[in-house]
Amino acid sequence: MELTVINETQSESSGGGCSSGSCGSSNDQLSHLSDEIKQKVHNHPCYSEEAHHYFARMHVAVAPACNIQCHYCNRKYDCANESRPGVVSELLTPDQAVKKTKAVAANIPQMTVLGIAGPGDPLANPERTFETFRRLSAEAPDIKLCVSTNGLALPDSVEELAKHNIDHVTITINTVDPKIGAQIYPWIYWKNRRIRGEKGAQILIEQQQKGLEMLVAKGILVKVNSVMIPGVNDDHLKEVSRIVKQKGAFLHNVMPLIAEAEHGTFYGVMGQRGPSNEELMDLQDACSGDMNMMRHCRQCRADAVGLLGEDRGSEFTLDKIDAMEIDYEAAMKTRAIVHQGIAEELEEKERKRAALAAVKVPSGPASDNKHFRPVLMAVATSGGGVINQHFGHATEFLIYEASSNGVRFISHRKVDQYCIGDDSCGEKESALAGSIRALSGCEAVLCSKIGFEPWGLLEEAGIQPNGEHAMEPIEEAVMAVYEEMIATGQLDEVADSSKMSA
Amino acid sequence: MALSIVDSCVNCWACVDVCPSEAIYEATPHFMINANKCTECEGDYADPQCASICPIEDTILNAAGESINPPGSLTGIPPELMEKAMAEIQAR
Repeated sequence: MELTVINETQSESSGGGCSSGSCGSSNDQLSHLSDEIKQKVHNHPCYSEEAHHYFARMHVAVAPACNIQCHYCNRKYDCANESRPGVVSELLTPDQAVKKTKAVAANIPQMTVLGIAGPGDPLANPERTFETFRRLSAEAPDIKLCVSTNGLALPDSVEELAKHNIDHVTITINTVDPKIGAQIYPWIYWKNRRIRGEKGAQILIEQQQKGLEMLVAKGILVKVNSVMIPGVNDDHLKEVSRIVKQKGAFLHNVMPLIAEAEHGTFYGVMGQRGPSNEELMDLQDACSGDMNMMRHCRQCRADAVGLLGEDRGSEFTLDKIDAMEIDYEAAMKTRAIVHQGIAEELEEKERKRAALAAVKVPSGPASDNKHFRPVLMAVATSGGGVINQHFGHATEFLIYEASSNGVRFISHRKVDQYCIGDDSCGEKESALAGSIRALSGCEAVLCSKIGFEPWGLLEEAGIQPNGEHAMEPIEEAVMAVYEEMIATGQLDEVADSSKMSA
Repeated sequence: MALSIVDSCVNCWACVDVCPSEAIYEATPHFMINANKCTECEGDYADPQCASICPIEDTILNAAGESINPPGSLTGIPPELMEKAMAEIQAR
């Protein structure tokens, strides 16, 4: 079948056929946002799959205490070898945190965002958290500040947050139903009492919702994080998504529960499972009808430093910072130049993308007017928006969906490398088997190179390896492979058989 | 009369901020309560504050050396129902 690509010269998105804004080949979720919000988040590495390859963020661990218990959290957070929220190896005083932030900003000029995320709840440590923010606003005004919270103390903190020019707050909202809440939060500390069960959950939920409304009223951007817990809140999160969107949250980030037994959380010890890749994706898709969804969160540590997915924290330990002489005035000048350079590069890419967004795969010749099913593909990349990583070197894959609407980014999937073959894993599996499992549901994997052994195993698993698009932009390559699948009739058969079985 | 912190403490800092008597201090291997300063929150609050926010069971003891947060009191699952709860959770 001959496939023509129609290049619509449509520069304005208004008036096009895309009322939902989810069509076209958007690389990330920023395309859904209003220009005003885009302006605020364009250089925030956590909000865009694209920006995180260019801009870096850091967290400072100044907030150890917490005022609630979540069943997915273990308060024993002193671990250097894990990468997940709540975990941290070095607690900092506000003074140390300010020093560390300036040292990182001077040495990694791409660092644009400083967050306080724990290891406890930042707003349950108001003095340490706000002193850090107050000093950084004054001493390093070119750094954006953000904070994440469980929401319990949020209404009392909104005034103070607004003072420090914090334009992003993340609230973790796992439920709006106290019955479900009681299965996630066994207790809260509230007005000098420990409040258990549904009563505690109800207070937490009310505070979260009130805090969300107050922040929105102040014009502070709110992102909502939710942990997907199968059998507890999975279905319910669709309602959560609807409600928080309606109240003005600008982004919803549904994350999978992390519940390995060795982390020692209640859920881990009790054997609560996390969601499969497919379950997570289905829920994110179900929520996306109501909400701008965030799909590339790497669930990083409360003391993470660097680009998402990497951690350079070990270069900035307290003793190393002490040995550094930081001239922040000079650093700010360098940083401004670096940021300008990145902005220009991103603008250039945005122009290319705008052209690509107009590329549509027609539904075949008018005579049969076929609609081809969407296909998931995995991509190995080390950044820069191109396919440039060897299959065997990938520690994570980006998952894209190609359909007649174009190419869209779906999620990233980590390759399980920390499986140590203990009891919880059942049979010890090879790294390769882990990679292949991470790619379930994908029909192709695009990488720069791939070895002979994985090639065969991938084919057996129904995933076509493809090394023909090395160094090409991801979206163009994914579309090219999709077109090839259509052209060779691979999508005809399956579409027909699925129709029959439906 | 004073409360005390025992070995199971994970050094999460939560108790330090809520103590009205500034009786809790950082120590190795874990936080300690200064028995001379501790009032068990009498006159300040209905419940001792450190024991009301401590996330670990069996970690804060009363003056008689008894656990204020015994097993099951913080997970919400009494020990005798543990097996049943685990089976339910694993069926999810």
